[in-house]
Amino acid sequence: MEFNTEFILGCSAIGAGLAVIAGIGPGIGQGIAAGHAAAAVGRNPGAKSAITSTMLLGQAVAETTGLYGLLIAMLLLFVKPLGK
Amino acid sequence: MQIGPVLSSADEIDFMIHGLFKYSFFGHEVWITTSHVCILIVMLIIIGFAIAANRAMRKATEVPSGFQNVVELIVEKLDGMVDSPMGKNAPRFYNYIGTVFIFIFLSNISGLLGLRPPTADYGVTLPLGILTFVLIHFNQFKYQKLKDIWVDMCSPLPPWLPIWFPINLISEIAVPVSLSLRLFANVLSGTVMMALVYGLLKWFAVIWPAALHVYFDLFSGAIQTYVFCMLTMTYINNAIGSEN
Repeated sequence: MEFNTEFILGCSAIGAGLAVIAGIGPGIGQGIAAGHAAAAVGRNPGAKSAITSTMLLGQAVAETTGLYGLLIAMLLLFVKPLGK
Repeated sequence: MQIGPVLSSADEIDFMIHGLFKYSFFGHEVWITTSHVCILIVMLIIIGFAIAANRAMRKATEVPSGFQNVVELIVEKLDGMVDSPMGKNAPRFYNYIGTVFIFIFLSNISGLLGLRPPTADYGVTLPLGILTFVLIHFNQFKYQKLKDIWVDMCSPLPPWLPIWFPINLISEIAVPVSLSLRLFANVLSGTVMMALVYGLLKWFAVIWPAALHVYFDLFSGAIQTYVFCMLTMTYINNAIGSEN
């Protein structure tokens, strides 16, 4: 079956929108990490710098899956692999 | 047929890598892109700073003053950053981690200079990830016995039953891919955001995008640099093993 370019482009845009839903997961994960870090600082204010660096490291790792969704959206919108 | 622009004024929004000129390299068409130029500018800044630091340290005094203070502060901070995750293995990695840190950090914040950050090009971050990969496995084979590595690669199951080996192999290969993609995607997202702000809002984007630059270029760039170096050090330290 042949589709015209506009149809493929529109479907790519919908796919890109669906792909960035992946941002929900890292949002929840980073929020949990930040909340626990805040609780940890509340319990042990002396370890604030160590807790902060650990939290940032964990958040950055958790962010990766969301960034993969962003990459897929970027590829669909700007590289247009389907509409060639 | 003209493909309709995805965004209403997509021709105004510019965050792609552009080829400047091409030449033939043993029959292959090779492009010099804006990434090369930006990376060259970053390198020139680093080399200039290094020469100035060398000048300052040649006539270093016991009580530091002026520029010597700055250089000593940077070196001490970088060494301190390497010390905490690597422990007694740290002195052998001061140079590498410090170099990578300065390079990635300057690349990430070069959006402030109006450049397109070189790290928003996968061709720049993948070699950094591969360097980490090579360092991990070089140190692993240097400091661990082959038998231990084999047991480790089959880890949840006993070593005579290597069913889990391919899965562990994939997770080893995923390390440089995820390291480089993380850095690339973070910097790219910042670059795209700034391009959208400047491209879509045009004259409306006057002074307030400075706040966005602070977040996307400075904060995000610094965090990602720190994360890249921290993960590299953690992986290398795991590969060296605790008993050595």
